[in-house]
Amino acid sequence: MSASLTLVVLMAIMYGAGVYVMLEKSLTRILIGFVLVGNATNLLIFMMSGRAGDAPIIDGGATGETTVDPVPQVLMLTAIVINFGVTAFILALIYRSWWLANLGDEGDDVTIDDEDAIDAEEAEVYHASLDEDDEAVRAQLAAAGDDSDDDGGDRR
Amino acid sequence: MNALVPLLVVLPLTGAAVTLILGRHPRIQVAISVSSLVVVTVAAAVLLVVVDTTGQAAVVKVGGWEPPFGIVLMVDRLSAIMVLVSALMLLGVLVFAIGQGIADGDRDTPVSIFHPTYLILSAGLFDAFIAGDLFNMYVGFEMLLAASYVLLTLGGTGARIRAGTTYIVVSLVSSLFFLAAIALIYGATGTVTMALLSTRIQALPLDVQIILCAALLIGFAVKAAVFPLSFWLPDSYPTAPAPVTAVFAGLLTKVGVYAIIRTDKLLFFAVPLTIPLMIVAFFTLIIGIFGALTQADVKRLLSFTLVSHIGYMIFGIAIGSELGTGATIYYIVHHIMVQTALFVSVGLIERVGRSTSITHLGGLLKKAPFVAVLFFIGVLNLGGIPPFSGFLGKVGLFEAGAESPSPLVYVLIGAGALTSLLTLYALMRVWNMAFWRPAADVAGYESPLLSNLRESPEETGGVVTATLPKLMVGATTGLIALTVCLTVFAGPLFDLAERASVGVATPTEYIDAVFPGGAP
Repeated sequence: MSASLTLVVLMAIMYGAGVYVMLEKSLTRILIGFVLVGNATNLLIFMMSGRAGDAPIIDGGATGETTVDPVPQVLMLTAIVINFGVTAFILALIYRSWWLANLGDEGDDVTIDDEDAIDAEEAEVYHASLDEDDEAVRAQLAAAGDDSDDDGGDRR
Repeated sequence: MNALVPLLVVLPLTGAAVTLILGRHPRIQVAISVSSLVVVTVAAAVLLVVVDTTGQAAVVKVGGWEPPFGIVLMVDRLSAIMVLVSALMLLGVLVFAIGQGIADGDRDTPVSIFHPTYLILSAGLFDAFIAGDLFNMYVGFEMLLAASYVLLTLGGTGARIRAGTTYIVVSLVSSLFFLAAIALIYGATGTVTMALLSTRIQALPLDVQIILCAALLIGFAVKAAVFPLSFWLPDSYPTAPAPVTAVFAGLLTKVGVYAIIRTDKLLFFAVPLTIPLMIVAFFTLIIGIFGALTQADVKRLLSFTLVSHIGYMIFGIAIGSELGTGATIYYIVHHIMVQTALFVSVGLIERVGRSTSITHLGGLLKKAPFVAVLFFIGVLNLGGIPPFSGFLGKVGLFEAGAESPSPLVYVLIGAGALTSLLTLYALMRVWNMAFWRPAADVAGYESPLLSNLRESPEETGGVVTATLPKLMVGATTGLIALTVCLTVFAGPLFDLAERASVGVATPTEYIDAVFPGGAP
C-alpha cells in the first residue's frame, strides 16, 4: 500500500487546524473545527484504499496493482453522510443557542409584542365598528328627527 | 430463528419512520412504539434462550454476502443478554414517559418527535450490541448518539442547550477517535469484520497492536465515562427530562463498556491491559464517589455514582479471568437495571416534592409512602446491601480479583468496598433528608449533613403538578421489581453470565460461528 504524500500533509494540516479551532469557546468555531477534523478523518480512511488516482473497478485486463481497495471508500461515504447529518444538527443547535442568548426563554412565547399587535388590531376593528354604529345611530336619529322633532322632548 | 436477528434493528427503525409520519396522532404513535419494543423484547428473549440452549451463536449475513465482504450480525450470549436487558429497560421507561406525557399534556417534551427519536435510539443500541464488524458498531453508535443529542436537548430550553453542547462536543470527539481507529485498523489488517480481525491482529507487531488498541479504547472510554474522560457526564445528564436521563444513565455508558469488553477479549487479548485498566478503574471508583458526596441535587448525585460504578466494570474487565468477566456481565446487568429504576423513581420524587435538591425536599415518606419504598429498595440495591444484586455482583468481582492476587488487586478491592459504603452514605443522606425529615423542618434547617453541599447550577425541576399518574408509578414498580428479580434469580443468572463470559473469552468460538469452514 502506498499513500500519497500530498494527502498525508493535507490531512495533518486539517487535523492540526481543526483541533486548534475546536478549542475555542464559540460554538460556530467548534463546528468549523469539527468539520475540519471530520474530513481529515475521512481522508485518513481514504488513504487506506491505496494509491490515489487509481480506479476501484477491476475491468478487463486490470490487475491488483492498478486498482485500489473500494471498501475504505464505502466506509468513507458512510462517514461523510453521518458527519453531514451531525453538522446539520449542530447548525440547528447554534441557531437555537443564538436565539436563547439574544432573546432568552421569552423568545419562545407568543410574545407580548405579538399580543399587543393582536390587541391593537382588535381594538382598531372594535373602534371601527363603534364608529360605524355611531354613524348608523346618527343617521337613524337624523331620519327620525325629521318627523318627530316636536314630541322628542316628551318621550324623554 | 436467525430471522429474528435483523428484526431487532429493523423493527424499531420502521417504527420510528411510521411514528414520524403519524406525528399528529399521539395515540397511534404510542401504540406503535410500545408494540415494536414489546416485539423486540420477546425476540431478544427467544434469541437468548435459543443461543443459550444450543450454545451456538446466531449469525446473519446481511444480503447474503459472505463475511469478510458483507456485514455480519452476530448474537452470542453476551449480545443477547445486553439486547434483552436494554429492551426491557427501554420498554419500562417508555411506559413511564407515556404516563408523564399524558399527565403533563407534553408541554416541555413535544411528543411528536419523542417517539421516533426514542425508537432510533433503541435501534442504534441494538445494532451496536449485535454488530459483527467494527464499522457497523460505529454506525450503531452514531445512530444512538444522534438520537441522544435530540433527546437531551428536547424542548430547547436554555439549560438543556447548555448541557447538550458539552455532551455533543465530547461525543463528537470520541466518535472521531473511534472512526480514526477503524481507519488505522483497516489499514493494518485490511478488514473490519471482527471475527477476521481477531486472527489478523495477532499477526501484527505488539507495538502496533498497542497503538490501535489505545485509539479504540479512548473512543470507548469517553462513552463509558471512565475516569480521566468522565467529567462531561454529570454536567449533561441531569438536565434532560426524567425518562431520558433514566435511559441515558442506564444504557448509554454500558454500550461503551460492552465495546471495551469486546475489543479487549476478542481483538486485543494479546495486549497487556490489566495494569492500566486497574489504575483507571481505581480513579474512576474513588473520584466519582467523592463527587457524589458533595452534591445536593439527587439527579447529579446519582450521575456521579453512575460514573463511579463504571469503575467496578473496568476492574472486572481488567482481572481478565472468566469468573471476572462473568461477574462483570452480571454487574453490568445489575447496574443498567438499578440506575434506570433509581432515575425513574427520582422522576417521581420530583413530581411529589417539586424539587430534586435535598435541601428543599422533606416529608416525602408521609406524602408518598409507596414512592419511598421504591426508592429505598433501589438505594439498598445500588449501595450493595445483602442480599440485593449489587452485593452479589460486587462479591463476584472481589472473589474473581482475589483468585489472581496482586497488591494492585487488593488496593482495588479496598477501593471497591469503600466506594460501596460511600455510595450508601450519599444515598442514605438523601433518604434522611428527603423522606424522613418532617416537611415542616425544611425552612431554616441546619445540619452538618447539608453544609458544604453543592446545589445544581441550574434548577432543573419545573414540574408543578403534584399528581402521581398510575402509569408512572406502575412503570417504576415494574423496573424495581425487575431489579429484585435479579436478586431472587441470582443463581441461574450468574451461571448464565459465566457461560456468556466463556463465550466472550474464547475468540475461536466467535470465529468458528462466523466462518464455519475456518477463517480465510
